[in-house]
Amino acid sequence: MAIWFRKSIKITHYLKANRALWGLVNQTCRSPCFHSNFSSPGSLNGENYRNPPSFLGNSTTLYGSRRFESVKAGRQAELQYDDGCHQDQALDFPGGTVAFTSEMRFIPEASRERIPCYRVLDDNGNLIMHNSYVEMSKEDALKMYSSMVTLQTMDTIFYEAQRQGRISFYVTSIGEEAINISSAAALTPEDVILAQYREPGVLLWRGFTLQEFANQCLGNKADYGKGRQMPIHYGSNKHNYFTISSPIATQLPQAVGAAYSLKMDGKDACVVTYFGDGGSSEGDFHAALNFAAVMEAPVIFICRNNGWAISTPTSEQFRSDGIVVKGQAYGIRSIRVDGNDALAAYSATRAAREMAINEQRPVLIEALTYRVGHHSTSDDSTKYRSVNEIDHWKTSRDPIARFRRWVDGNGWWNDKDELELRGKVRKQLLHAIQVAEKVEKPQLSDLFTDVYANMPSNLIEQEEALRQSIKRHPQDYPSDVPV
Amino acid sequence: MLGIVRQRIARQGINASGMRIQSLVCASRDYSSAAKEMTVRDALNSALDEEMSADPKVFLMGEEVGEYQGAYKISKGLLDKYGPERVRDTPITEAGFTGIGVGAAYYGLKPVIEFMTFNFSMQAIDHIINSAAKSNYMSAGQISVPIVFRGPNGAAAGVGAQHSQCYAAWYSSCPGLKVLAPYSSEDARGLLKAAIRDPDPVIFLENELLYGESFPVSAEVFDSSFCLPIGKAKIEREGKDVTITAFSKMVGYSLKAAEILAKEGISAEVINLRSIRPLDRAAINASVRKTNRLVTVEEGFPQHGVGAEICASVVEDSFEYLDAPVERIAGADVPMPYAANLERMAVPQIEDIVRAAKRACYRSVPMAATA
Repeated sequence: MAIWFRKSIKITHYLKANRALWGLVNQTCRSPCFHSNFSSPGSLNGENYRNPPSFLGNSTTLYGSRRFESVKAGRQAELQYDDGCHQDQALDFPGGTVAFTSEMRFIPEASRERIPCYRVLDDNGNLIMHNSYVEMSKEDALKMYSSMVTLQTMDTIFYEAQRQGRISFYVTSIGEEAINISSAAALTPEDVILAQYREPGVLLWRGFTLQEFANQCLGNKADYGKGRQMPIHYGSNKHNYFTISSPIATQLPQAVGAAYSLKMDGKDACVVTYFGDGGSSEGDFHAALNFAAVMEAPVIFICRNNGWAISTPTSEQFRSDGIVVKGQAYGIRSIRVDGNDALAAYSATRAAREMAINEQRPVLIEALTYRVGHHSTSDDSTKYRSVNEIDHWKTSRDPIARFRRWVDGNGWWNDKDELELRGKVRKQLLHAIQVAEKVEKPQLSDLFTDVYANMPSNLIEQEEALRQSIKRHPQDYPSDVPV
Repeated sequence: MLGIVRQRIARQGINASGMRIQSLVCASRDYSSAAKEMTVRDALNSALDEEMSADPKVFLMGEEVGEYQGAYKISKGLLDKYGPERVRDTPITEAGFTGIGVGAAYYGLKPVIEFMTFNFSMQAIDHIINSAAKSNYMSAGQISVPIVFRGPNGAAAGVGAQHSQCYAAWYSSCPGLKVLAPYSSEDARGLLKAAIRDPDPVIFLENELLYGESFPVSAEVFDSSFCLPIGKAKIEREGKDVTITAFSKMVGYSLKAAEILAKEGISAEVINLRSIRPLDRAAINASVRKTNRLVTVEEGFPQHGVGAEICASVVEDSFEYLDAPVERIAGADVPMPYAANLERMAVPQIEDIVRAAKRACYRSVPMAATA
């Protein structure tokens, strides 16, 4: 528990430290005075209204003496109040009782220190002393490690395939393998996943095969999506992974709705939904977090704060201290985690899951990481960030290499295993793509099914008309559409 | 906003008495002579109640649906009966609760989402179209969305531009959605039940001014298994000279227009569309092939409206049968004004329908395009 609440102690400490400074301001004026003295901009500090207000902790004396002019009010107030915050003076308003203070004190826009980040392994893959984390068996660790390697290899090969023109589009999750695999490993198959689009690792962990991934990317007959969607828009009911939808952050309120359904069923499961730093700007983010707290929905919000939303860096995305501080604003328990530390991400997700289900509450995890790859195959990120920066994160901050050092250090893995694994996975992937390319495309009737549960008469007619047209004018239609 | 609600409820009595004469005429023809009456509000309330009782997965969500008994009292008594888990009051976020409703539908519940008016559904339209309408198709049948979006649609009285738009045309253009527009209490009950039972996302367009109106209903309508088929229009009044299609409130206006036309020797057939998507093209075309003339009536904006689609459908399927160009009656091509006199001129009136029918019958001197 101590880890999760350390942040709140820091904030109150800061506020208490500043109260001493604010004490210099003449505090004996009652609240209505504040408004009347601020009616004209000039009265604030006599000169430039655009100077930051001084009651945030700098010089206060000039300001203080000009503000509170009513001596009578001051004396009256002095009779009633001492100084600073008065715990015994409470006000009753809708929303509950709140303590009264006669200090005018604005909560600063930023804490003096950022919320610290939970990590278990240092950059060399050594366990940091005095930490708390969920222990892991050799079997689990190796499964996690090989999944991370598989994900990285899959991304590399599919990216290359797009460059060769074999698939139309691809989105990699290079650099974010730890978040993908560790969070998935901390869940059970009954937990429902609503992802954004940079989390194929979660599906991979759950048993989606490389062939199934290839089928979706090539949009062939074996694709569970019947060739309806762009590549990487995977979905699989049997893996409890809802089909990816492109609009950003729409999955967040949907996740809360699904969690509400789980809650009504009383299931021992939660919903886990992923989004990026950019997604937190959408209106849906606000609605989802607010609602989840009100409904007490068992949902885990995992934010992959990877620093970039296409070309928008986080400094242009928001001015808060990342996403983690927003959780408390909605009444949601939150934690910031080193997203490139597989053990930390695993432990935090495990703990969050316990809380979400046992306490029926939402939890927010902000996983700090870096988007090593381009946003997608339609992007060239060297146009807006330095190659050095990308290289740094690709090499010295690689989450897979770091986890490998820990696994190696335990004597569970070696170079020979590594070569074997990478060779095997690469071969499987190349084979999967070859097979997928040869599978037929979806048949014509798949154009018209699933618009509604039952095909309506107008679509039956349209399909018939189309078939007639193909029969009469075969040269006008592609030859590879099975009729 | 809620002050306006109270005013509207008071004013409905005037309309209701006017309608009662008309509905009694219909009663003698279509229903048993001992006709019972039911308001549209009660029809909707009872339909919700019965469907929630029959299926524990059905739940209601929206602003003010619980404690306040519904902004228009449609969900009166439901919170007490089913509890806060099944009648959920929400924070003010259409995008939020629509997304949540869709998510709940993804995972097996059957939400009925209420918009205080469909004008506010625009704040949630991404979830309605991109999440609800397209999900079954995009997921190849893995994600079905058995959700109903309901609420008042179209003009009320004196509520201005942002509370008066009709969304029938917008939603009906989108494959994956079903769009229903009830008129009478029988429509309201039967279609809402059908919508809740339907596995596809349904947009259910009610009308604020019709909530308080009373209609006679036959005994079978009261049965809890009563249901109307989606995609079938109803011939409210048979005729042989001109076909008038309408939905929602305009059905009442069209029936009154038909009365006036009858006195002048024009026998009008009034079709209550009931279902805008799928549109009952068969019924419309069969009627036009009988009468050879068509007037489409709607409250919404004229461009790309429901009438435009009906006209195209008839021209495609029954061109040789038309004896006159199709007449379209629609709302004025302006955001709805507030002043009562201007509002009256921005919405179709009975006289507009009468004049259009006469034009279609070549019984009036053609004029330049009027409202």
